[in-house]
Amino acid sequence: MARLGVEAFRYAPLVLLVIAWELAVRYGVISPNFLPEFSAVAGTLWALTLSLELPENLGISMYRQAAGFSLAVVIGVALGIGMARVRAVELAFRPLVTLWYPVPVVALFPVLVLILKLGDQLQITVILLGSILPVILSAYNAARGVDHYLAWSALSMGTSPERLLWKIVLPAALPGILSGIRVTLALSFVLLVASEQLGALGGIGAFTLSAGENGFYTGMFAGILTIGLVGFVADRLYLALIRRLLSWRDEE
Amino acid sequence: MNAIAGSNAVKIRARGVTKRFAVRRRADVIAVDGVDLDVEENELLAIVGPSGCGKSTFLYMVGGFLEVSEGEILVDGRRVTGPGTDRGIVFQHFALFPWLTVRENILYGLRERKVAEAEREATTAELIALIGLRGFEDVYPKQLSGGMKQRVAIARTLAIDPEILLMDEPFGALDAQTRTVMQDELLRIWNQRKKTVLFVTHDVHEAVRLADRVVVMTARPGRIKAIIDAREAHAPDAANVRESPEIARKVNEIWEHLRDEVALAQRQEAVSSSGRGG
Repeated sequence: MARLGVEAFRYAPLVLLVIAWELAVRYGVISPNFLPEFSAVAGTLWALTLSLELPENLGISMYRQAAGFSLAVVIGVALGIGMARVRAVELAFRPLVTLWYPVPVVALFPVLVLILKLGDQLQITVILLGSILPVILSAYNAARGVDHYLAWSALSMGTSPERLLWKIVLPAALPGILSGIRVTLALSFVLLVASEQLGALGGIGAFTLSAGENGFYTGMFAGILTIGLVGFVADRLYLALIRRLLSWRDEE
Repeated sequence: MNAIAGSNAVKIRARGVTKRFAVRRRADVIAVDGVDLDVEENELLAIVGPSGCGKSTFLYMVGGFLEVSEGEILVDGRRVTGPGTDRGIVFQHFALFPWLTVRENILYGLRERKVAEAEREATTAELIALIGLRGFEDVYPKQLSGGMKQRVAIARTLAIDPEILLMDEPFGALDAQTRTVMQDELLRIWNQRKKTVLFVTHDVHEAVRLADRVVVMTARPGRIKAIIDAREAHAPDAANVRESPEIARKVNEIWEHLRDEVALAQRQEAVSSSGRGG
């Protein structure tokens, strides 16, 4: 019970913000043309949920997000650890990673549309390309930073050099890799919505944009709220997962 | 200095062992220079020397973690080419696998060597009893004190039953009281399961208490300066090796050899750090 109270208290500023929003619009501090009342947005959110318009678009988006994010994690971890452990892989990919680092992927959107055409593959590619770097870099740094005494201990207990990767490097690098993935998770939502607003067949970003363009402002804000909520829940779930996986870690 | 052993079987033989490290834009650093040493079977041999004298480097070469630049190291007459389960190692900072529990850490080597499950469990239970950590089996290393961590590290190494135990300043990270307890613990374990132990320390007193023979190394480049027999300082009653006038006398004898080397090592350190600063 006490815990619940603390949790409630932590989100108190958010509740206050919502109340302030509602009152500010209702009493004319902010024009309803600029920002609809929170209650109106919540009502639209509910209606759009019942009509399945929001759930359907959200489903399309979540599929793209899950696919792009998973690809970024799998390829990024493999590349990062590969670069840390194999000289040839590092030589081949380091220049690419360095060059890629400052490029805003969204700027490449027109090119990607030409190559990939509209469809899920477009959003998935944007998310993959735009969010993979934090995974690569964190996996690379974490794998390089593995204490060599751990590796020596394992070798002297019969672990072959080939198995070191699975038995020692991966678990020892896991905390670093997981914190890089958290950045990628947040980025993947940004890229999802941005790429859907630049051009997509359906999805929550496209829905929000078209609602706004057609003057359906409560719908637009309902879409934004949904995106925010989903991103927030995803991050919380991910944090809970990290805590479970890293319960062994010594946090000083 | 004659470092060649007498009658007993030689377990580890080092001949002309030299280790050079390449340093960018400077002359190579010679860490170990032409060390000849025989370690007898079941002997507990300590190596003391000032910091940076290459004593740990020598140990890592015996472990097969570092390659020798010149010379050779033989274990049971076979040349060391890499790490092996015949040589277990214990490090100063324990190097426990933090993602494994106490039990899993001790099981690690047994699983890697595909020991049958019944035997694995029996060995692990026996070792946990030996190091007095019953009740801590399912705890992660982060929840253990330094002394307990080092016990687990020793048990983990003993699990694979290596013939040689390499110890790299194993008690250096522990407080003075825990260190004394752990030294007695090591003697107890060593008396129970005879092994050849190569023990690196900068603590002369610890070396005399524990070792049959103490090798004194010079400041960098590390060479053997003297080998002192410490057995005569030990009371015949092994449980009572603690303090005695003989131990103190031996410590003084070794310290006479070591004093100039420590001073030299400190000058080297001062020069190299001012070199880095400039």
